[in-house]
This record gives sequence, C-alpha cells and structure tokens, in this order.
Amino acid sequence: MMEEVKEVTPTLSVHADNIKVTEVLKEGDTLTFIIVSQKLSGTGEYHVDRTYDDFEWLQQHLFSQEDVPGIQGVIFPPLPAKAQVNASAKVMKQLGFLGLEEWQPYCKALENFLQQIAAHSILCKNKALEIFLTSSDPPGRQRVRKNIFNRLSQAVVEMRKESHKDVDEFFQTERDHNLVLTGCTKTATERFLDVVLTEQKIAVACGHFSAALQLCVEQGEDPDKQAFSKACVKLSEVFNSMMKNMTSVAENNVNTLGVGLDLESRYQEAEKEMLFRRTCKLVELETARRNAEKAKPVKKAAMEEVKKAAETEFDHICGVAKQEIAQFHGLRVKMLQQALVQWCEKQLLTAKEKADQFDQHLQAFRGMA
Amino acid sequence: MAASSDRNPPPFPATEEPGAGPSDMADGDSDEGEDIFSNPVAVSRGVSQPDRVNEEPPDLFSEEEEASSTPAKSNGVHSDEDNDLFAEAHVELSTDKPGSSDRKELSSSSGLRPASSFTQSPAAMQPTSLEQLEEDEAKDSFDVDVAVTNPEKVGDGMNAYVAYKVSTRTSLPMFRSKAFTVRRRYSDFLGLYEKLSVKQSLLGCIIPPPPEKSVVGMTKVKVGMDDPSSVEFVERRRAALERYLQRVVSHPSLLQDPDVREFLEREELPRAVSTQALSGAGFLKMINKASDAVNKMTIKMNESDTWFEDKFQEVENEEQQLRKLHALVDSLVNHRKELCGNTAVFAKSMAMLGNSEDNTALSRALSQLAEVEDKMEQLHQEQAASDFFIFEELLADYIRLLGAMRGCFDQRMRAWQRWQEAQSTLQKKREAEAKLLWANKPDKLQQAKDEITEWEARVTQYERDFDRVGMTVRKEVLRFEKEKAKDFKSQIIKYLEAMLQSQQRLIKFWEAFLPEAKAIA
Repeated sequence: MMEEVKEVTPTLSVHADNIKVTEVLKEGDTLTFIIVSQKLSGTGEYHVDRTYDDFEWLQQHLFSQEDVPGIQGVIFPPLPAKAQVNASAKVMKQLGFLGLEEWQPYCKALENFLQQIAAHSILCKNKALEIFLTSSDPPGRQRVRKNIFNRLSQAVVEMRKESHKDVDEFFQTERDHNLVLTGCTKTATERFLDVVLTEQKIAVACGHFSAALQLCVEQGEDPDKQAFSKACVKLSEVFNSMMKNMTSVAENNVNTLGVGLDLESRYQEAEKEMLFRRTCKLVELETARRNAEKAKPVKKAAMEEVKKAAETEFDHICGVAKQEIAQFHGLRVKMLQQALVQWCEKQLLTAKEKADQFDQHLQAFRGMA
Repeated sequence: MAASSDRNPPPFPATEEPGAGPSDMADGDSDEGEDIFSNPVAVSRGVSQPDRVNEEPPDLFSEEEEASSTPAKSNGVHSDEDNDLFAEAHVELSTDKPGSSDRKELSSSSGLRPASSFTQSPAAMQPTSLEQLEEDEAKDSFDVDVAVTNPEKVGDGMNAYVAYKVSTRTSLPMFRSKAFTVRRRYSDFLGLYEKLSVKQSLLGCIIPPPPEKSVVGMTKVKVGMDDPSSVEFVERRRAALERYLQRVVSHPSLLQDPDVREFLEREELPRAVSTQALSGAGFLKMINKASDAVNKMTIKMNESDTWFEDKFQEVENEEQQLRKLHALVDSLVNHRKELCGNTAVFAKSMAMLGNSEDNTALSRALSQLAEVEDKMEQLHQEQAASDFFIFEELLADYIRLLGAMRGCFDQRMRAWQRWQEAQSTLQKKREAEAKLLWANKPDKLQQAKDEITEWEARVTQYERDFDRVGMTVRKEVLRFEKEKAKDFKSQIIKYLEAMLQSQQRLIKFWEAFLPEAKAIA
C-alpha cells in the first residue's frame, strides 16, 4: 500500500551516540539486556529488552543486505561472543575481559556495537536496526537464511585464498599490516588478561591474610600482649586496604585498557574478514576473466556477462572498502586513545588514594604505643 | 647462673615485669615474686628499634622520632647498600642500677600496672620516676652492633661454600677492641648454636635458632652464584644469619657466653663438624625429641604454678597461628612473583604492538606504555621482596623461636625431674642407712652417712636449680613477648614505609604517562 509513495531511505529515529545498555538481568539461564535510546524528535526514550539471540538477528540482517552495492566491503562492527549464565571455562576464556566484573564490560561492548551500527552511513539505514531499538516486541526470532558472510561455514580450502596475491598495492599493504596487528593485539589482550587475573588472586590473598590476622588477637591485660594484638588488628586493616586497592586496580584495568584492547582486537578481526571477502571476490573475478577468455563461442556471451557482473561488484567493494579502511584507521586511534587516557587517569587516582591510605596507616602505627 | 650476672640492668620503668606483676606473683611462691625484683632482668631491645624508651607510653618522646629516622632495615630488603653497616642493627643494654630506691619505685609502679588499661600508660602517671630511670639508663648504656654482609663463594665444585663477613662494633670492655671483623661460614653459625644449646640446656634460656640447612639451596649455589634463585637464596640466608646473631647478642646472658665472644672475635674458628646432624628439620626434631622425653616421664609433674601451664598452651596456640599466617604470606609472595612474570610478558607484547603501529603518536604512546609496565614489574619485584623479607621471614623466625621456647619449658620439666629423682635416691639412701643400723656394720655405715650428706646437698642444689630455671623461664617469656611486640611493630612500620615509597614511584610513572596518552591524535 505504500508502493505509490516514493520510497524514502529509512532513517534511524534515535540519536546514534546516546544508545545505552543500562542493565543486564539474569532470567534463569538467559541474560536479558535493557537498551535505552533517545528519540530524535522531541523528548522521550525507547526502553526495550533484548537477548543475545536478538543481537544476532540484527547482525544477520545487516550481513544479508545483498541489494546494497559493495556491502561486502563494509567492516562490520563486531558482536561479542555469546555470554551465558554459568558459562563454561572455554566460553569464559573466549570472552576474556568481557566475562569479568559482573558483565559490565560486556554491556559496554554491546552498547558500542549498537552505537557503531547507528553511526555507520550504510548500516544505519537498515530497518532491522530501527526495529531492534524501538519495537516493544522482540524482533522475530526466526533464523535468517544462511548468509554469505558466515565465516564459520567456509570450508578450510577457502583459507588458502587468504594469502592470494593482491592486484592493488594499497590493499596488499593493508592486508599485511592487518595480519601483523591482529596477531599483536590478540597477544597483548591475552597477556593483559593474565595480569588482571593475577591481580585478583593477590587481592584474595590479602583478604585471607587480613582475616587470619584478626584471629591472632591475644587475651590478657599484659601490655606486651596487648601491644602485639593491637599491631595485628591494625595490620589486618592495612591488608584489608590492600585488598580493596588491588581490586580497584584490577577493575580499572578491565574497564579501560582491557575493554579497549578487546574492542581493538575484535575490530581488527572484523577488518580481516572484510579484506578476506574482497580477496575472495578477487579470486572469483580472476576466475571469471579466465573463463570468459577460454570460453567457447557458444558460452562466450554468458561468460562475459558473469565477468562483467563480477567486475562491477568487485569495483563497488573496493570503493566501499577504501572508505571503510580510512574511517577505521581514524576510529581505532580514537578508541585506543580514549582507553589509554581513561586507564591512566583511573590508575593515577587509585594510586594516589592508596598512597594516602598507607600514609594514614603509617602515622597510626607510629603513634601507637 | 648465666641469667643473673651482676651486669644485669634495672628493669625498665614499671614495665619490666608487667604481666609478671603482682597478679602473676599471686599464683606462685611469694619468694619467686621477690626474687624477680631483686634480680632485675636485662633490658634487651629488639633486633630493630634503636630506641631506648619504654614502649608503652606514647607520650614519651623518642618512639616516633626514632622510628622515622630509621631507614629500611638491612636485614633483607636493601642489604649491602648501606655504607654504615650499623645504621639499623642496634642493640642496647644498660647497667645494673642497684639500690633500694629503684626497687621501691618499681614495686609501687608495678603495683599500679594491673589496674591500668593498656592505652592509659601507667608510666604516664609517674613521669618523674620514668624519666629519672631513663636518664640513668642513658648514662650507662652501651651497645653491641652486629652485621653479616658480603657473602662470597670460596672454593669450587661440591666443596665450595659461602663465607660471610661478620662485623662487630661495640663499646663493651669484655671485647678486645671496639670494632672488628671476621669471616664465618654457615656451619660456624650452626656450631655456635649447638654449643649454646648444650651449655644452656638446663638453664631455661630461649636460644634463638639459626636458619635451617638447605641441601637444594646450597647445591645451586655451589654450581653457580649468579642465577636469580641462588642470589635470592644467599641473600635470604645472609639476612637470617644477621637476625640470628642480633638476637643472640641482644640476649644479656648469651652475650656473656665465651663461645659467643669467640665467634665474633677469633680469627680462625675450628671447623664445626657435628653440624651434619642439624639438617633442615633438625632443629624442630631436636625440640620435639625433648618434648617426647618429657611426655614419657613416669613421674608427672604436679604443676603448682598454673602460669607455666597456661603459658605453654599459649605458646602452642601461637605457634599454630603463626604457621597459618606464614602459609598465607607465602601464597601472597608467590602471586606477586607471578604478577612480575605476567607484567614483563605483557610489557613485551605492548612493545611489539607499538613497533607495528603506523600512527606515530599512538606508536610512541604504546612504547611508553611498555616502559611503564617494565617499571611496574620492578615495583612488583620489590613488593614481593618486602612481603617476603619483612613478613614471611619474620613469621618464620618467630615460629622457630616459639619452638625454642617450648624447649625452655621442657628444660624446666627436666630440672624438676632431676630434683625428684634425687629426692627418691636420697630416700633410698636413708632406707639403706636404716638397714645398716639394724645390721650393725659400722664401716659401711660411715659410707652410707657420707652418701646421704652428698645426696642431701644434691637435693638442695637441684631444688634451687629448678626454682632458678623456673624464674629464668618466666623472665625469658616476658622478654620474648616484649621483643615480639616491638619486632612486629617495627617490621610493620618498615613495610608501610616501603609500600608508601613504592606507591609514590607508581604515581610518578602514571603522571609521566598521562601526557603521552593525551597526545595521541
């Protein structure tokens, strides 16, 4: 019924940069996320609840926009792995930083996912995003038809296309660079996670020591015994402070640099996937050209058609890809800078607090009889 | 008897026998109570605090100042850095101040003691007497400082050993000179401990135990002294040996022992050979054997003084608690070391990331980050060392000392047993004499009478010994508790100072990094 009306490109009816994942609720085995967004026109908010499956639904819709030229050249904002209540060790390892701190980093990652889609010039136009953010009913849970981007379905034999030599120096450089960065970032993220996990262990050990010291209080009026008991109690307080401080240090690490490295790592993977898609298209194009050349006159016209289609598609992809790459370079530097500045500021604050506390404890001890 | 030589200083103002005050005396013999006051116990400072002040009153001067003026102790954290070896190791003794006036003051002030609560120092109620006593002490004080430094490997292969420099500085006339140095190896320290143990076995002193043997540790050192675990082992041992000697010389009775003097002064010491038996578990085994012997005693001691029973129980409980604490600190130290490793590895990965980065400002920031992390690894190392040398070793020392204290209690039991056995022998001799009287054998009778006289003397002697041991044990226990309170407090202060320094350096690292992070564009 709307066919008579000129088709208007759908636009998002909420502010892109204000989308928030405000809460996560545990309902049985499922995690439900509350998403709040601000209406563009007038005041007012949309509050919706979504599960991970809904996020996947959104992602699949974005992947399967075959009518958008060059869609395969888009670096899709990465969706984190599925979070579960009582997740297995394997899942927790895969989630890394996102699995810590009561899912707060995970919510932030989902938030970032939505914001990046909403801010993307091509992706924000997809109806699925509007439905996802504004519809009070959960979006349809039917599985979208298998899309061409599902990397998991690609046969191992496709992998060797990854190292296929490029025709364009710009892209060859980008592919090489991306390969190095992806590896480095993944390693750095994993190593940082080890640091944080050990910090948590230290916090626990301090807590245990603090508790045990409380048990060393000796009875009796003997002043030396009382002096010793007092020292034990005060030392217990010191180690309690140390536990709290170490917990803060670990939290800061997770919420700033940890999450930042994790996002960078997943974005590098997303770029890698885009470059791979393009490379696959390149291989397809080269194959089509060869086929057109070698084709017998009977088939020649058809092959030429295929070749032309492949060429057009490839050109579109390259065009979009170049833009995406330029934007991505700017975006990631900004993201990392934010992460590093926040990290430094938070740790500086925590360090100053700890120094103050130690100073107080020291004064108390010195003043102790 | 070694415990009360004529060099014993006056008990410290009202505090010398705090717990042993009237409340305890009430339980035991009134004689004992009096004896303690007339044989004032030595005031021995701990192995750490240079202050000569009576610990309790916070309002009394130097506690705070002296504490802050004491830099980090050289017992493990910053070992060979100090030019002045004796900056921290400082032990003071004061001379005896006989005089009934002092005693009267003490009696009266210790009479106040039990009534006062801990925080309200009774000393504050009697400032004059305290100040006067402190002045007196200041005039008569002298010191013995001991340091163990410069571990050096001597020889090669499996016969190699480590020699330490033992330096003494003293103003005591009993030593040949004011400052002297000798070289000693670990078995020499063990030998000293053995000699002291044998001599003091019936006297009730707490003899500080040296660090245990370690075959694993020493084998690594024999192979090469350069790898980090060997360095750590040698440093740990050096610090432990230093604390051991400091405890020995701060004990007034042990300091009098010629073996101690010989250890500190003599150029060449005959090689101690029987230390082979003192292996890692050797000390505890020795003490436990003694305990077993006591348990197997057929004549069970009728404890007229519950003080000893109670104290023994406390000692056992405390030992258990300290063991628990020790295990927890050990766990903490291991986690810190793990953090060092993780941080170093993370720093490397960030350096690699920085190198691969195109954007110049980001690349520089990431490289800076790697450097910050490297510096933090250094901090973590120092914190782990702090945890270890300040707390873990402290707890280990006190666990060993508590074991030695249990040994004292056993010595008292054995003294009692010896007395009882002498009494029963005397009884038998008397019965024998009676029989001889009946049988009318005049020549044997004389011998019997002589024997009776001899055994009567012995019984008296052993009873006196028993009493004396009991007294010594009491004094030792009180001295131990005093030392313990001070030791722990000073170590905690040291720890906090080190932590504070560490934090301030960390703050500087972050402050330096922040502009780098902000400069990324």
